[in-house]
Amino acid sequence: MTSSTAGLLDTPAKEPYAGVSREYLLTAKQMAQFAVDGYLLFDAFVPQELNERVYADQCAGKGHWHDSESIREVFELPQVKGILQSLLGVNPVYDHSALHVVGPQQHKAQAWHADSIIDARPFAFDVQTMYFSHDVPKETGPTLILPGSHLRRVSNMSISRYKNIVGQTQLIGRAGAIAFLHHGLWHCAQPNYTDKTRYMFKLRLRPGQEQRGLFNTDGYDDPEVRRIAGGFPHHGWQGDQARAENVQRAKFWRYLCDDDSVDVAFEGVLTRMGI
Amino acid sequence: MSELRQQILILHLAYPELDSQAVAWALYDGAAPQDARQMQSGDQEEPPYRSVLHAMREGWFLLQISPLPYYVRGQEHETGHLPYEYVLERRVPTHD
Repeated sequence: MTSSTAGLLDTPAKEPYAGVSREYLLTAKQMAQFAVDGYLLFDAFVPQELNERVYADQCAGKGHWHDSESIREVFELPQVKGILQSLLGVNPVYDHSALHVVGPQQHKAQAWHADSIIDARPFAFDVQTMYFSHDVPKETGPTLILPGSHLRRVSNMSISRYKNIVGQTQLIGRAGAIAFLHHGLWHCAQPNYTDKTRYMFKLRLRPGQEQRGLFNTDGYDDPEVRRIAGGFPHHGWQGDQARAENVQRAKFWRYLCDDDSVDVAFEGVLTRMGI
Repeated sequence: MSELRQQILILHLAYPELDSQAVAWALYDGAAPQDARQMQSGDQEEPPYRSVLHAMREGWFLLQISPLPYYVRGQEHETGHLPYEYVLERRVPTHD
């Protein structure tokens, strides 16, 4: 990691990073959607001029974090830093990065998995950013994810027996699309049916602090936000477990909001049970 | 006469009853040639059968029913793998 990457360090900063202005932080509605789905996708979010520079580096075999000044520049954009700050705070810590490449006419899909290993932290989470420097229509093989799977406790490849799941969706987007995933989200690479190489740059960051109240919390308990965060069933594949998921999410929402009294669980379960 | 080989269909249902909606599915085809592409992640949007019962009517035989979840006090709301898993088989001639 270079010293020019303020706030994004190999180890927690000794001098806290000042952070971006509030206008760049996630809103309460956006954060509620993240709590529900486990990811946020921003289409054509990175300026095209920067996408083109990153793409040139990737095509030249210099697309990795330490090789490409342009890729690091993506994560210096205030609108990108604002989202990361909303999720991870002002001292995110570099975990690893990778340039995932799916070659032309590579028709083998990756198996479903969740990265790393079973996480022992109750609600803290790492963030995996997935950035596409070029258009990623379905036929190029944008990453497949299962919205709402992020709070499930599975072990890396233990979900690889599954092949298709109702609600699975691909991170389809235009050049500059960037997604921010809870580390627990189930995902897999997809086939590329075109004659062009598909690049996806992944950067994993962990928080340098508790992830409480980091976003723009204005209106976090308003009816519309409560409807997003607490509604259920959100994902049809959850079936009988939609209620348990709802309660888990309500606990997660308390953590994100830094308010251990807010209760978006159905029937006010957290309050009713004194949780 | 062709030899018979096993096809395994794994259906995950929304609820434990066998006629509830299929929410995930995977097919492992032992009758297909070694170099044939098996079902893989993301290649279908709709389940092949609405439920286990629908698959049974189409000639699939149920091999295994997953036991019902056991809820440990203190971890009642935690979730993990898909719970209601049904393994079905069919024996078909090898695909030439």
